[in-house]
Amino acid sequence: MSENQEKKEAKVLLREVVDRVYQNAWDAKKRGEPVGWSSSKFPAEIAEALGLAVCYPENQAAAISAKHGGQRMCEHAESLGFANDICGYARISLAYAAGAECEEKTMPQPDFLLCCNNICNCMTKWYENIARMHDIPLIMIDVPYNNTTEVSEETVAYLKGQFQDAIKQLEKISGRKWDEKRFEEVCQNSNRTAKAWLKACSYCQYVPSPLSGFDLFNHMADVVTARSKPETAAAFEMLAEEYEQAVKNGTSTLPYEEKYRIMFEGIPCWPELRALFKPLKAKGINTTAVVYAPAFGFVYDNLDEMMRAYCKAPNSVCIETGVDWREGICRENKVDGVLVHYNRSCKPWSGYMPEMERRFRKDLSVPVVGFDGDQADPRNFSEAQYATRVEGLFELMEANKAQSGGK
Amino acid sequence: MTMSTIGELLDHFDVIASNPKAQLEKYVGEGKKAIGCFPYYVPEELVRAAGMVPFGIWGAEGTINAAKEYFAPFYCTIAQMGLELALNGKLNKLSGVIMPSMCDTLRPLTQNFRAAIPQVPFIFLAHPQNRRAPYGVEYTKSQYSNVKKNLESIAGKAISDNSLKEAIRVYNESRAARRKFVKLAGQHPESVSPVQRSAVLKSAYFMDKAEHTALLTQLNAQLEALPKSDWKGAKILISGILADSKNLLQILGDNHMAVVADDVAQQSRAFRLDVPEADDPMTALALQFAGQDYDVLLYDPELNKRPEYVVNLAKENGAQGVVILMMQFCDPEEMEYPSLKQALDKAGIPSVSIGFDQQMRDFGQARTQLQAFADVLNAKH
Repeated sequence: MSENQEKKEAKVLLREVVDRVYQNAWDAKKRGEPVGWSSSKFPAEIAEALGLAVCYPENQAAAISAKHGGQRMCEHAESLGFANDICGYARISLAYAAGAECEEKTMPQPDFLLCCNNICNCMTKWYENIARMHDIPLIMIDVPYNNTTEVSEETVAYLKGQFQDAIKQLEKISGRKWDEKRFEEVCQNSNRTAKAWLKACSYCQYVPSPLSGFDLFNHMADVVTARSKPETAAAFEMLAEEYEQAVKNGTSTLPYEEKYRIMFEGIPCWPELRALFKPLKAKGINTTAVVYAPAFGFVYDNLDEMMRAYCKAPNSVCIETGVDWREGICRENKVDGVLVHYNRSCKPWSGYMPEMERRFRKDLSVPVVGFDGDQADPRNFSEAQYATRVEGLFELMEANKAQSGGK
Repeated sequence: MTMSTIGELLDHFDVIASNPKAQLEKYVGEGKKAIGCFPYYVPEELVRAAGMVPFGIWGAEGTINAAKEYFAPFYCTIAQMGLELALNGKLNKLSGVIMPSMCDTLRPLTQNFRAAIPQVPFIFLAHPQNRRAPYGVEYTKSQYSNVKKNLESIAGKAISDNSLKEAIRVYNESRAARRKFVKLAGQHPESVSPVQRSAVLKSAYFMDKAEHTALLTQLNAQLEALPKSDWKGAKILISGILADSKNLLQILGDNHMAVVADDVAQQSRAFRLDVPEADDPMTALALQFAGQDYDVLLYDPELNKRPEYVVNLAKENGAQGVVILMMQFCDPEEMEYPSLKQALDKAGIPSVSIGFDQQMRDFGQARTQLQAFADVLNAKH
């Protein structure tokens, strides 16, 4: 490794990791190898063990949205007959699959699909539609919604059955034999990434935090697209080291003084990152807790535990587990308030939030304020409403602080 | 006992379909326990086998107030009104509810219901999407066994294999009678209006199935005895989650549109498939779910079966057009709409999509759309 490369910051390395995922897919396509599209919480270990090139439509949709192509792509999907009620990611992805022009973030069209509905049921129909458009195989791993805090033996058995079928289907698609040893290696890499990701996220506990919580939203791309690769683990380990050093040096990636700390609940409004950040900056509010930290921490020791790990997505766990995760990170990261994104694109997620809000207020004794938005479609976000709500949250946090005699 | 006329029987079904509250009070008054069954694919046979009455809860027409504390406005009204009824104490006479979790709105509904309505015992149900492989059948069996165990505890008695087999027999009979009625109603639209057709099918959700089948068998026999119809209006297939709005159905009737077949979740999708013969009745119930298909709520491994099915259903029944009753905020229906529309267009079958929900008060736009659609169909034949 050259001197120059060694000096790269973790965030640069992390960006390169994601770029390489997409470059690999283009290269595979050029070589005539099959390229897959995968939902973000499909067990990535399977395709990685078989050496298959995979792209991630959710990551693509987020990137397109952040570059302000979301509305155009959503409108394209609507012109195909998809209602504007449907998830913005799904609309963007369906438009892209249907051939809509898109310079913001390209990726090769798929030859096979990997769908796991632990995220939502919309995913199932989204991928079915793409499979229809391209007449390509769809590998479906169904994770039934869980009403209890434990994952039952029956669910594990059901998932294992599907897992074995998925392997058989992908052996055929890749033309390669399943190699148990390679799979174990990939699982080790995935665990290493998950642990390093959780460690990096854990630095939000320091007061002041060495990072702006919004950084974590950017780094999510890596846990989504490349969690089974050793270079991802290495980059996250480096990120954690940088945070460690920042704590020692008393520095932070937050470009202003941290006066209040909040949990940002939900997926960010990618088209409006600047608008989201603006009032937070004005009031000295840092996001020190995001649900994506625990949501992508797939840590496991064996196949049964791996099955259980993939049952733990934000929209597939019961309300008790959901509340427990969030209150855990709120306490660890010492938040003064919670800002809830009522995401028009995400019915399962937003559907729990009013009840969760009540539980946060009661259990954490912090103010909770919600705003209406969308992860991809800017038509569902109002900057004025958002700014007013953040102002409201700020006033409540101030009042709380005054009551407790300051920090 | 004198035989009731077709009109009398239809009136009777309508009274029941329009007044579920009275039905619930009647059963509870008779000392029976009733179990609320939310959409979709609840194995009601288990409820009957436990000596209790399954009671369908598919929302209700009304206004959402209390449920706003749990849901933002962008959710299907079936879920919101189901919760609204419960929050207003209208489900308190139920001895329990069974709630599936097949769509992105039902997922949070299960949690909100459990949080908000502690007074009504809650039975959760997860169906597998990979339902046909042996591991899928096993999973369905495990989930149905969990429902069974909960029902036994509410009923205070075990469900025997024999009582379950008997319940399956009663349900298969009911399904067969309802399928036959759907055919006959389509063949005799001058005798069964769209509103009446809906009442016959909806009332089954609020009645002991054996009672419902007995009445329906009488009605079917009389419809069968009618001379061949000389219907001059249009013939349509209706598709959607619900098709029980009297206002909407009246518009179909006013425009001389006869419903000759349906792809409606609350109607034919719910009784398309019988429970197969099997030594073990729990396996039989799981195999029935394994065989379910052609539904926006279900994963279709063959990808195109549902649109093809609806096209064929329309053709086989001589439907000239398809009216899609698009439930607002129902993403499974919305996601499958373009494929359905494409398949219908390709087959040369005109279609129209009418948006509606259970809070709808103004049917003016729907009336205009349906009048125009009737004109299209009438011009074609």
